[in-house]
Amino acid sequence: MLLVHYLRERLGKTGTVVGCDTSNCGACTVHLDGHSVKACSVLAVQADGHEVTTIEGLARDGQLHPVQRAFQENHALQCGFCTPGMIMQAIDLLADNPEPDEHAVRDGLEGNLCRCTGYQNIVQAVLDAARQMSPGAGPDRERRGSARAPDGAPATPTASTVGGGE
Amino acid sequence: MTATAEPEVGRARLRKEDARLITGRTRWTDNISLPGMLHLAIVRSPVAHARIVRVDTVAARDKPGVVAVFTGADLAAEQGSLPCAWPVTEDMKAPPHPAIAVDTVNFAGEAVAVVVARSAYAAADALEAIEVDYEDLPVVLDMEAALAEGADLVHPDLGTNRSALWVFDSADAGTGGNVEDAIGSAEVVVKRRFRQQRLIPAFMEPRSVVVDPTGEQLVIWSATQIPHVLRVMLALTLSIPEHKLRVIAPDVGGGFGGKLQVTPEEVVTLLCARRLGKPVKYTESRTDSLQSAHHGRDQIQDITIAATRDGRVTGLRVDLLADMGAYLGLVTPGVPILGAFMYNAIYKIPAYRFACTNVFTNKMYTDAYRGAGRPEATFAIERIMDELAVELGMDPLELRRKNWITHEEFPFTTVAGLVYDSGNYEAATDRAVELFDYAGLRREQQQRRQRGDVVQLGIGISTYTEMCGLAPSRVLGALSYGAGGWEYASIRMLPTGKVEVITGSSPHGQGHETAWSQIIADRLGVPFDDVEVLHGDTQISHKGMDTYGSRSLTVGAIAALQAADKVIEKARRIAAHMLECDEGDLDFSAGSFTVRGTQSSKSIQEIALATFAAHDLPDGVEASLDSDATFDPENFSFPHGTHLCAAEVDTETGHVRLRSYVAVDDVGKVINPMIVDGQVHGGLAQGIAQALYEEAVHDENGTLLTSTMADYLLPSAADLPKFITDRTETPATSNPLGVKGVGEAGTIASTPAVVNAVLDAVRHLGVTDIEMPCTPRRVWTAVHGVADHAPDAPGPGGGLGSLDSTQAQGGNQ
Amino acid sequence: MIPAKFDYLAPFTVDEAIRALADGGDDAKVLAGGQSLLPVLRLRMATPPLLVDLGRIGELRGVREEAGALVIGAMTTHYDVQHDPLIREHAHLLALTTATVADPQIRHRGTFGGSLAHADPAGDLGAAVVALDAQMVIAGMDGERTVPASEFFVDLFTTALWPGELLVSVRIPKLTGWGAHYEKLHRTAQAWSILGVAAAVRMDGGSIAEARVGLANLGATPVRARGVEQALVGGPATADAIKAAAAHAADGVEPLVDGNADAGYRRHLAKVLTGRAVASAAGVG
Repeated sequence: MLLVHYLRERLGKTGTVVGCDTSNCGACTVHLDGHSVKACSVLAVQADGHEVTTIEGLARDGQLHPVQRAFQENHALQCGFCTPGMIMQAIDLLADNPEPDEHAVRDGLEGNLCRCTGYQNIVQAVLDAARQMSPGAGPDRERRGSARAPDGAPATPTASTVGGGE
Repeated sequence: MTATAEPEVGRARLRKEDARLITGRTRWTDNISLPGMLHLAIVRSPVAHARIVRVDTVAARDKPGVVAVFTGADLAAEQGSLPCAWPVTEDMKAPPHPAIAVDTVNFAGEAVAVVVARSAYAAADALEAIEVDYEDLPVVLDMEAALAEGADLVHPDLGTNRSALWVFDSADAGTGGNVEDAIGSAEVVVKRRFRQQRLIPAFMEPRSVVVDPTGEQLVIWSATQIPHVLRVMLALTLSIPEHKLRVIAPDVGGGFGGKLQVTPEEVVTLLCARRLGKPVKYTESRTDSLQSAHHGRDQIQDITIAATRDGRVTGLRVDLLADMGAYLGLVTPGVPILGAFMYNAIYKIPAYRFACTNVFTNKMYTDAYRGAGRPEATFAIERIMDELAVELGMDPLELRRKNWITHEEFPFTTVAGLVYDSGNYEAATDRAVELFDYAGLRREQQQRRQRGDVVQLGIGISTYTEMCGLAPSRVLGALSYGAGGWEYASIRMLPTGKVEVITGSSPHGQGHETAWSQIIADRLGVPFDDVEVLHGDTQISHKGMDTYGSRSLTVGAIAALQAADKVIEKARRIAAHMLECDEGDLDFSAGSFTVRGTQSSKSIQEIALATFAAHDLPDGVEASLDSDATFDPENFSFPHGTHLCAAEVDTETGHVRLRSYVAVDDVGKVINPMIVDGQVHGGLAQGIAQALYEEAVHDENGTLLTSTMADYLLPSAADLPKFITDRTETPATSNPLGVKGVGEAGTIASTPAVVNAVLDAVRHLGVTDIEMPCTPRRVWTAVHGVADHAPDAPGPGGGLGSLDSTQAQGGNQ
Repeated sequence: MIPAKFDYLAPFTVDEAIRALADGGDDAKVLAGGQSLLPVLRLRMATPPLLVDLGRIGELRGVREEAGALVIGAMTTHYDVQHDPLIREHAHLLALTTATVADPQIRHRGTFGGSLAHADPAGDLGAAVVALDAQMVIAGMDGERTVPASEFFVDLFTTALWPGELLVSVRIPKLTGWGAHYEKLHRTAQAWSILGVAAAVRMDGGSIAEARVGLANLGATPVRARGVEQALVGGPATADAIKAAAAHAADGVEPLVDGNADAGYRRHLAKVLTGRAVASAAGVG
């Protein structure tokens, strides 16, 4: 069973969606031990014993993750189908490169397809989130969010973190 | 309890829709899970044209978890024929269109059998156990060959591959002169053939349908743009009483015309669910989607333009071949016809003739895709205007200025017989030129040419208009369209003063919930957050014509506005009673009725509560403020604009990079500038993708080679430039808000701007045309003087869709 | 789409993995990062009865120095290759090439060895490993053997690995202080290379002392452009000299033909992109 099907069908975490068969679209992007992966190209059993974070696990104490907020504030979504994957990848991108320029953002999102926005506002949202998350711009815990710390340590477990595969 | 201080209309309100979309709480059809729900999977034909000799389902029935297997023969008696709502001519040839093939298959990807199983995994496993024997029939793929004498036929019973010939001639219509005379007497004639490659809408959410037959009504959830049309059509096609059908479009992940269809999958899922008495779900894979969700474009355009030496266009003749594919979908035959009114574009052309031949081939049928007919028309006219400018030795912008309708000339009746109500092409163009640094880029272009740079720079222009806001019903009727173009809305005033707006439009990403809330908040004078917009469920929004053709705002929102006006008029009577004055003494503003010249007032929300209580209503007044309205405008709306594109062409590799892109659009009055910009950005991306990246490619047997996203190339963020957008605002006169619609404008305008830029970069190297998409190979080949019409088929390496099974076995680890 | 049923084993050692493959028969498949295999399974282009997942074999991961060479474990992810300090220092070409493989998510999951063993002609890494004179270390029932990269790739999607064998590591001689560049042409950022060129040069003053050039997707297997290298070595690092040398890029190769490129265009691209890759590696404007 594919990880994405396990999340959707066994755990009811339907925030992660399937958009293609060939790992091109990135709609199923989740974090596996803090790194972004395409959940359609990971077997559920391969995630056994590892931590998976999905879009449902980003908000803390009712507060949206800064990247989620930036997506709304910059109108970075229309139909919203690519959005969970896009947000998960954006968080990964910012963990790797907290101060990206536009070019770096575009390159970092090359594995996520969107058919609605022409990407302009998505890129804007990620740049905006980077500013929001920069030191001094807000609580430190937001900076780490659920993305990995620089040493590659896994994200803090969240409500939607699942440890098991089958 | 009074209105917002600042008007909502015109504000960049953050979207209401987003809260669920950014947190993963969205309700996609595929998320739906019902007790006992079964899963359906479809065996699709691997061949493009064949007689079905035998379908052996015995082994599949014995597979674990399989509940039933059905073939076309099993469902033939119930399935009827899928509807085509647009018989463009009286003698149009239309074949029966089964949801599942019974005795022949006519395109690769057509459904031939289905498995219903307890899980999607079980259904997928059982598919492989179904054996189908096919007896090959000749495959018809090329439109010109299809029309030749003695050609093999897609549908032998029809006796021809020609579905229809549709002609508009300005001399016959009395809207202009005779084009043959114009061409015959012209000082300059330019003739070109353009090819509109076949595209695939490729919405991000694969289509999905769930049918629950266990209640009194059949309930259908579908990832569709058209829940209302679907309900009517299913009732008609399957002879199900309409009131026993409920269609729900939950959150829908994009459509772009691709979900404007009554699909085989919806019908088959319904038939299986009904027969088994259990809920059934079908969710397509991306390969299913690319093969069997309808395609778009696919036309050959022969276009002839006549002009005087000093650059005045005197005539335009358009001869189209439009590939229908194997069947006629919901509006398949009408798509190229919509273009008929747009070839003359923004120009004053005295004589015009348009003839379109609709042709059957053994491919997936084409149908609406963002712009539907208008991008094709705009591409052809904007491309040939550039060719004419070259022929005349004139700056292409100057040629356009010389021929366009000036702002003083509105309203303007075009040679195609439309009345353009408003516009200002000069203003949009001036603004675009300013933002683009047209002069500076022309200078750089000259320098690069002189230096013989490897990377050459080109400038592409597209001064477009389009007709949208599909309505008016009378015009659609005159075009033989099977339905009207009105839209419906109603407003419910809740006792606590909250407002429910019910719209017949059916959004799938456009942001109706936000925009309608802004409009109604202003009109009723209630807070934005007090308005809830309901849609997409025929039980809630019982009536509508849905969302396509940039019609939601120009038709649907106006209906909501008119319903609000009726609410206000109902409330006025009650307010007068409560305030003990004449209705005529009441002013309504910012949500309150005030007795003129006094401080005495009642808010509409207070009146809603008083109406609910109904203790003291005037005689003869019903206890309800709820109102509805149906709007059917008198005319289309005509957004327009000027797009400028600068492209860098690497002459050594053929690679094209977009350097800058300026879009100045006039979409009339803007409700939410943030949403408008978003629509333009997305439209640009799709139009650019047609110019540079996308193409549905078939092999010589009619198999779709671009059946995965590894092969059908959608651009990512890394492939597109940052767009510079701006607006001019000339209000439409056909609706009270002055809005024009924005959903398709970016796509319509951008394709020719990009291709014109690519050609402009290499024109001095002797290149006169490059077919779309302008791939590195095509561009390099054009620059190096070799004719190239080969499609960009995927190769042996690089890409999973292009991998065959023997190769897949070869790799290890 | 949904893969067909398969059995799944996740051994903890290379020995266990080889035994599992031997027991599983010729149709058993090795699962490395799965970034090519899982889509193939989903499309049901392959329906192996058994997958042997190497993901839990710690000894296959990581980069180390050994006898003047780098040894890269087959299960080292692209992300780790891209960011590994040893690789950046001693095999910079590989880091640069890896950075262009697929997309970030796939680089997190996909593996160096898995990608090479898949032997897609359009795979970028093949060009780098043939250019770098890599040695492919293969384990099987009879122990280990080593095959030079130039002999590892046999044909489209076909390598020197026999059924039951594993690519366990790749040994790459250090090229410390060399200039490097990977140049590729593709239709979109996501699309596979129409052609890719991996080039590394050691400069000596204004001239090129040593050069390595490998090409992806020119032929059925990655191509080592020795003619280009010979023409470069000892010559000046000038645009003209590089261009002249690059003219040998497709010598003796039967180019692949597909919708993206016919033979003539592909040959032309090989020359142009080789010139660009070498010029960048040599720091020539």
